[in-house]
Amino acid sequence: MGDRMTAVDAGDRAVLAALDGTGAAARAAGPGDAVAGVPPRFVAEPADLAQAAAVMRVAHDHGLSVAPRGRGTKLDWGYPPSRCELVVDTRRMARVVEHAAGDLVVRVEAGLPLDELQDLLGAAGQRLALDVPLPGGTVGGVLATALSGPRRLLYGTARDLLIGITVVRADGTVARSGGKVVKNVAGYDLGKLYTGSYGTLGLIADATFRLHPRPAAQRFVLAEADTPETAQRWVAAVRASSVVPTAVELDRAGGGGPTAVAVLVEGAAAGAGPRAGQVAALLGAGASVREEAPPWWNRLPGRPGGLLLRIGCPTGAVAGVLAALDRAGASAVRGSAGTASLFATPPEPLPSAEDPAGWVERVRADVAALGGTAVVLRAPAGAADRLDLWGPVPGAALMRAIKSQFDPDHRLNPSRFLGWRAS
Amino acid sequence: MTDLAPLVPRLRAICGDDGVVTDETRRRTYESDGLTYHAAVPGLVVLPTTTEQVAAVVRLCGEHGVPFVARGSGTGLSAGALPLPEGVLIVTSRMRRVLRVDPVEQLAVVEPGVFNLAVTTAAAPYGLYYAPDPSSQQVCSVGGNVAENSGGAHCLKYGFTVNHILGLEVVTPDGEIVQLGGGPDAPGYDLVGAFVGSEGTLGIATKITVRLLRTPETVRTLLAAFRSTDEGGVAVSSVIGAGVLPAAIEMMDALAIEAAEAAVACGYPEGAGAVLIIELDGPAADVEHEFAEVERLCREAGAFEVRIAADAEERARIWKGRKSAFAAVGRISPAYIVQDGVVPRTALPEVLRRIAELSARSGIRVANVFHAGDGNLHPLVLFDDAEPGAGERAAEVSGAILDLCIEHGGSITGEHGVGADKAKHMPAMFSADDLDTMQLLRCAIDPRSLSNPGKVFPTPRLCGEVPGVRRGVHPLVASGQAEQF
Ligand SMILES: Cc1cc2nc3c(=O)[nH]c(=O)nc-3n(C[C@H](O)[C@H](O)[C@H](O)COP(=O)(O)OP(=O)(O)OC[C@H]3O[C@@H](n4cnc5c(N)ncnc54)[C@H](O)[C@@H]3O)c2cc1C
Repeated sequence: MGDRMTAVDAGDRAVLAALDGTGAAARAAGPGDAVAGVPPRFVAEPADLAQAAAVMRVAHDHGLSVAPRGRGTKLDWGYPPSRCELVVDTRRMARVVEHAAGDLVVRVEAGLPLDELQDLLGAAGQRLALDVPLPGGTVGGVLATALSGPRRLLYGTARDLLIGITVVRADGTVARSGGKVVKNVAGYDLGKLYTGSYGTLGLIADATFRLHPRPAAQRFVLAEADTPETAQRWVAAVRASSVVPTAVELDRAGGGGPTAVAVLVEGAAAGAGPRAGQVAALLGAGASVREEAPPWWNRLPGRPGGLLLRIGCPTGAVAGVLAALDRAGASAVRGSAGTASLFATPPEPLPSAEDPAGWVERVRADVAALGGTAVVLRAPAGAADRLDLWGPVPGAALMRAIKSQFDPDHRLNPSRFLGWRAS
Repeated sequence: MTDLAPLVPRLRAICGDDGVVTDETRRRTYESDGLTYHAAVPGLVVLPTTTEQVAAVVRLCGEHGVPFVARGSGTGLSAGALPLPEGVLIVTSRMRRVLRVDPVEQLAVVEPGVFNLAVTTAAAPYGLYYAPDPSSQQVCSVGGNVAENSGGAHCLKYGFTVNHILGLEVVTPDGEIVQLGGGPDAPGYDLVGAFVGSEGTLGIATKITVRLLRTPETVRTLLAAFRSTDEGGVAVSSVIGAGVLPAAIEMMDALAIEAAEAAVACGYPEGAGAVLIIELDGPAADVEHEFAEVERLCREAGAFEVRIAADAEERARIWKGRKSAFAAVGRISPAYIVQDGVVPRTALPEVLRRIAELSARSGIRVANVFHAGDGNLHPLVLFDDAEPGAGERAAEVSGAILDLCIEHGGSITGEHGVGADKAKHMPAMFSADDLDTMQLLRCAIDPRSLSNPGKVFPTPRLCGEVPGVRRGVHPLVASGQAEQF
């Protein structure tokens, strides 16, 4: 590390000078800039789209590999990049470009923290109906990882709310797709492709979202199911009713205890109350209705930096998945029971006989047998290279072809996404 | 046709004798979609019944470098399914099975030729329905809906086709059968999202898994009559501003009302310069509360009459005029162009005034029927095709309306797609770099541009190797332990 810091050679100085020339703040990287343990050489902080494009062009001209970075809350997700020379930090790109309140549309730069955006929208009686179970992240980072939380049941995920995007391609080309009207089918919808692309197809520079009015009232209905089967039955009953829940979540600690189920209903004050009552009746005698969320709501389980799994399965397989996770000694399971998208964490610590790869494969096989998929979102430091984070990926050949078109030199977060298969 | 002759026996071997159409008269029946002024007789037509047949046909086309075009029901309004005389038209009309309805998972799996409404019909016994509801839903295919990312009157609240597709089986342009999506958070890039709305240019959908929604507990519909579209526009803005999200808000102007009256005698209030149809659905208590609010806001905005549907029959009567509007203008004009542009909702009054000015200046009448809630205009540009030059003038007005949409930050198409018809307008909305970037996706999946060429993009991109320094192959890649990504 020390070597790196002192070895700012002539080549590095030339790159820094070129980065400086873009108008972006540029500097040699420090120890705090490592991306999943991989130390970059430079950091550039563009303040706007033009600077971001100029920085990406410099990276192209000098053949630098690039890691886009927001506030770094999910920088340890995916594989460590195989190369990482330039960090492009988006935090200075944090403007609200346009909030067309009457049109329920907002356009923001990628470096804006999502929490700040929600505060701003809240003041106008609106919201982006996207929950993020890991606070502090930027709009760009949330999109790049396609992270979503409880309200996805009613509103879908980030890709369903994104209506326009501006990206900077690997060679510095600025490209836009979509627009600022909700209804629009002109051209390919590249926003969908960029959502969940982990910075491998380009730098997300700004994003336009459709917004929703903030509902007048919200009620949480809480109950504890003694078995996974009961939890699944409740969820099915709520889904089969006409109460239109905004979210149906579950939370289960390791060790085979009860499963907490929480249902959120939102709407007009006159409606939310009675609907919460209907839900409570479906969840049995122990159900209670509150105005506040339970403490675990919209929070990733586990500790920062620990192994985090995301499981998707049919809703009818949730009880089976919970049982499989019990057998595997999972320390926590939490997430959207209504859409059957769950976060899970391994035993802490793992039994000495088991390694993370073995644990992941065991769970993945059980989940696959139930018709689901398991993806490791975050591996503990140093462990990712020994894990198959994504598991089988249908359409992988097409994805690789897409990557090669958008980033022919494989300079954008190389190996970060899908491609690093331990043999 | 001559070039394609060698394909015929092999296509017959794949699709059966009756699955290949060579007869000129029969081929001619496929010469256009709903936009009849674009027409071309397809070189050959095939009617496959299985995914494997589609894949084999596509592979055969690939072998011979012959382009192909998918066609569902041919109701498209952008010449998306416009055939190629030198190509093969692959029609999905024999792939019409609803394969599965799963009431617990609330999904259905269908073949691409299944009619949109047939999905809801199959789901209805379970209290479920398929939300995207284009006005053509009785005959348009789900495959066509996927290709166009079709909308409908109720997409204001429920979103478009793309928000309701869980998974796809696709035959890629090189004849591979791939599964895309399928469950929540399917790993990898969102290829379902990329495919939906790609207008047949990225391959052919052969199986479609759609999300079903629970039939709402209550539906309430009103018809509000205003003196002018301006007043109607105010009502729309105040409803949305009040935090109400109706299932649908539709507007018709005086000329559209006149046409609908002539065609179906819908009996809308006399003297209306505009009518709004507003529908709310959902849980009863919420809907009742918001419905009262909507009625009040309409009156405040100047509605001189508000009719509230008391039952399903009255609701159908209110919708009748709106649903017949496209066809109805045939009663007041020998020919017309249906336009499909979008503006931000708040720009509606201004844009409608400008359209009226355009109309006055050119002497071309324009009837407006539109999805007001999401600013999706469907101006019907009326002309007499017997009058020399009228068609050209109408096309000019129609194009000028698109310019207005773009000028106000909108889109050249909200739901009908770009197809062959609007490809030339794409550069007005997108830069050369934007279009080039979109076509990177095309190059990745269909580098030879065999799947529906000539649609969406005004100029095809050459998909050759992109020049660039390739450096530093990672050692793990070199040693075969990892794939470069
Ligand atoms: C009276 C009328 C009302 C309409 N109302 C609406 C409306 O409210 N909202 C709306 O959005 N649209 C509307 N439309 C337009 C049209 O119905 C839709 O675009 C519809 O989705 C087209 O379906 P189709 O089966 O007819 O497709 P086609 O016209 O046959 O094809 C449309 C496009 O889809 C491609 N395609 C077809 N099948 C496949 C497949 N399996 N895989 C890949 N590509 C495929 C074709 O190549 C073509 O590009 C209306 C049309 C009419 C005539």
